[in-house]
Amino acid sequence: MKEGDEIPALVVTPDRYLPHRYAGASGDFNPIHIDPAFAKSVGLPQNILHGLYTMGLVARAHVAAAGGDPRRLRRLSVQFRGLAIPEKEITVSAAVKEAGGGRVTTSASARQAGKRIIRNGEAELRLD
Amino acid sequence: MAGTSLIGKAYPAFEYEVGKEKIAEYARAIGEQERVYFDRGAARDAGFRDVVAPPMFAVVYSAGALTHALFDHELGVDFARLVHGAQEFDWDEPVCCGDVISTVASVDDIAEKAGNGFFTLGSVSTNQEGAGVVRGTWTHIVRGT
Repeated sequence: MKEGDEIPALVVTPDRYLPHRYAGASGDFNPIHIDPAFAKSVGLPQNILHGLYTMGLVARAHVAAAGGDPRRLRRLSVQFRGLAIPEKEITVSAAVKEAGGGRVTTSASARQAGKRIIRNGEAELRLD
Repeated sequence: MAGTSLIGKAYPAFEYEVGKEKIAEYARAIGEQERVYFDRGAARDAGFRDVVAPPMFAVVYSAGALTHALFDHELGVDFARLVHGAQEFDWDEPVCCGDVISTVASVDDIAEKAGNGFFTLGSVSTNQEGAGVVRGTWTHIVRGT
C-alpha cells in the first residue's frame, strides 16, 4: 500500500433486524436502535443503527485490507455524523495518507444514501 | 453541566471474561467471516492462544466500565440528549477466548462548546497477565446543555 491508494471498499446493507442482533452482541439496548415507535417519539425518523456498529464495519474493512489479521489494526479514530438506518446500503472507503516503516495511516469514511455517517476516520495499520 | 473538578475521576475496574460464543455472536453481527474469530484451529494456526476477538470487540468488554462513568450522578449526563460524537481505540495485545479483561474508565475532559456539553471518557483495558490490550477515548455530546 502506498500514499493515495484506496483500500477495497466494503459495501453492506444491514437488514431490518441487524440493530437487534448488534444490541444483543454489544449489550447496547438503547431503544432508539431497536424500537421504531420509541425512536419516533424522540424525534428520529425511525430506529437508527448503532454508531459503534458502523465503526465496526470500518474496522472490518481495514483488517480485510491488511490480509485478515486483526493484530494489524493498531488504531482507529472516527467521528459519528448524521443518522444511519437499516435496509440502506453503507459504503466504507479509505485512502492511504502515509505509508512507510511498515506502517500505513488511512483517511476513512462511511456513507449511506450520499451522506457521510462516519467522517474524519483515521486508521493505522502495521504491515511488517 | 457538571463541574470540571470531575476531570481525572476514575471508576472501579470492570472485569469481563471472554467466551468463544460471545466472540462469534459479535463477529456475526458485524458480518465478519475471518475464520480466526470462529475456529480454534484456524486461530491457533495463525499464532493466537485461542479464538481471537475482532478489534472492535473492545466495546463488549469495556461497556461495563463506561457504564460506571455514564451513570455517575455527579457527572449528571442527560441520556435523553446524549449523542455518541467520536470514538478512538488504540490496540495492543490481541484479546482471545478465555482472557479476563479488566477495564478502568475515567473522566478525561468536560467542556462546553456552542451550547453543547462534551464529556470525554477514557478507558484502559488490560488482560489477566497485566498486558495492555486497548485504550479507548469515548466522546459523548449532550445537546443543548
